[in-house]
Amino acid sequence: MSAESTSEDTQSEEPVEEAGVEIEMAYGCPVSYSRAQRVIHPTREQWRSVASSLLADGFNMCVDVTGVDYLTFGGQRRLPAGIEGERFEVVAGFISHERRERIRARVQVPEADATIASLYSIYPGADALEREVYDLLGVAFEGHPDLSRIMMPEHWEGHPLRKDYATGAIPVQFKGAPASR
Amino acid sequence: MTVTDPTPETADADPVTPVVPAPSTITIDDDGLLTQLDKLPRRNAVLRMSEVRAAELVDEPLDGENDQTMLVNMGPSHPSTHGVLRLMLELDGETVRRSKPVIGYLHTGMEKQAESLTYLQGPTNVTRMDYAAPFFNELAFSLAVEELLGIEIPERATWIRMLMSEMNRISSHLLFMATNGMDLGAVSMMIYGWREREQVLRFFEMVTGLRMNHNYIRPGGVAADLPDGWRDEVLALMDMLPPRLEEYDILMTGQPIWRDRLQGVGTMTAEEAIALSATGPVLRSAGVPWDLRRDEPYLAYDQVEFDVVVGTYGDCFDRYAIRLNEIRESMRIVRQIVDKMPRGDYRVQDTKVTPPPRARIDESMEALIHHFKIFTEGFKVPEGETYVAVESPRGELGCYIVSDGSSKPYRMHFRGPSFVNLQTMSHMMADSLIADAVAVISSVDPILGEVDR
Repeated sequence: MSAESTSEDTQSEEPVEEAGVEIEMAYGCPVSYSRAQRVIHPTREQWRSVASSLLADGFNMCVDVTGVDYLTFGGQRRLPAGIEGERFEVVAGFISHERRERIRARVQVPEADATIASLYSIYPGADALEREVYDLLGVAFEGHPDLSRIMMPEHWEGHPLRKDYATGAIPVQFKGAPASR
Repeated sequence: MTVTDPTPETADADPVTPVVPAPSTITIDDDGLLTQLDKLPRRNAVLRMSEVRAAELVDEPLDGENDQTMLVNMGPSHPSTHGVLRLMLELDGETVRRSKPVIGYLHTGMEKQAESLTYLQGPTNVTRMDYAAPFFNELAFSLAVEELLGIEIPERATWIRMLMSEMNRISSHLLFMATNGMDLGAVSMMIYGWREREQVLRFFEMVTGLRMNHNYIRPGGVAADLPDGWRDEVLALMDMLPPRLEEYDILMTGQPIWRDRLQGVGTMTAEEAIALSATGPVLRSAGVPWDLRRDEPYLAYDQVEFDVVVGTYGDCFDRYAIRLNEIRESMRIVRQIVDKMPRGDYRVQDTKVTPPPRARIDESMEALIHHFKIFTEGFKVPEGETYVAVESPRGELGCYIVSDGSSKPYRMHFRGPSFVNLQTMSHMMADSLIADAVAVISSVDPILGEVDR
């Protein structure tokens, strides 16, 4: 499964979709290409073991962890066959310094149970990044040593980066001047 | 390299396999998965305590022998915390046992805001993240949008972007020189650093009209061509800086007091830095020659010659010396850019992406329509998602954009190097004196605008 060490930069946009029959697999999960960047799509259950095999395969740094809320996504989500799109998606990027290679993982996280395993023990650098995702998107990372808010105050309610989080303006009134409407 | 060597080693700029230190051991945890936790010998130095718990401690009775440590707040408003970083320190006398960086004081929801701004308005938003290196934010954002659009920008635009990036790296590192000096008691350094930085900002003002928050690099190219006389201005700066940098060497690098204050303080191994996802000078100080300009060349960095500066000990002195020498390397790049600056257009002439020139609007109906469309609804970006990273003065600055095909990003995320590098602080300042903690904070060089976003 982890034999995908020699990855040539595939320039074609969607080799998977074109073939239609065979889905490229790596680390036990389907692979897609987004603007020539390699993306793997592990399931939630696989997440930690996939991360572990990424580390074993030379991806020595987890460089980014973020999340997307696909609640109001107007376009068509391009996911490889067999991957069901859920409301939340946790996106993580990994680098192999030795091979100068990057790989991105997109994990679907359902709204009803917005939890996913933490990568803290495998990639300790994910610590603050996972806290940020938890704080702003409300996806909980199981096994994280200190899953607390990082940007917002501790007592804050809601998760601002969710698409159903109400944004609005606070009415500002100039002192002394009566509001005209 | 001996301890007294003033300059750290430089790695070869040739694209050879980077000398990444091989992990000494591979450890497997109870679940049968690999773990890197053993690479962090000081992971218990991270204070995991909520505000509520810290407040409760005040009311708890003292417990003689077991109560030997004290929780002290440093910041959010403290001269050496570079803005509004707050540290919760657990002190044992003067020694820092555990610490926790508390952030969020500058959190203004810029990622959320980006979802309601068009791609053309985007750079005005992101440029305010890392306010000491605004061009890099604009660059990462623009490169990501261009990748989604699938457009190639003209060569001149690429080289202008590179020129501005390197000038910005110089100004950002000069700012570091100033604040680092101030934090450690070389107060006159603050004035020198700001003075030189101001000269560079004057060049930015000449080109972009603004000293900071330029909104100069935009999807499709740059906002305006370089003004007449830019070459003389750049070369004058390049002549002005070297003697000034030598003054810094006299004032700091060679000084026994400066060295005693920094050498061996806040050390970190390469394994630790990699495990903590550190990038930029923090990673390079530990001896990992990783620089995106060389290792994943973007723009035209594969056409210029420069060295990647790496350290040996991973201490505060290495991080200082790396930045000082990166100024010199950037100057080397800038000189090459001045020589090689191609002629041509400074932005793509695709009226779907860039507004038409002002003069065209008077003569062409289409130009007027395009102008109107771009400024009212913006240009549409094809569906997709992409992650683009550039080497900012602080490390890997990544921009992840998800587009749903409309004229606004569906989701925009910035991977701020300061934010991630902040994690290394607790590890580096464990069991050191408070005074050394100040040196550590300074040497990570966090910009809180980018940490909090």
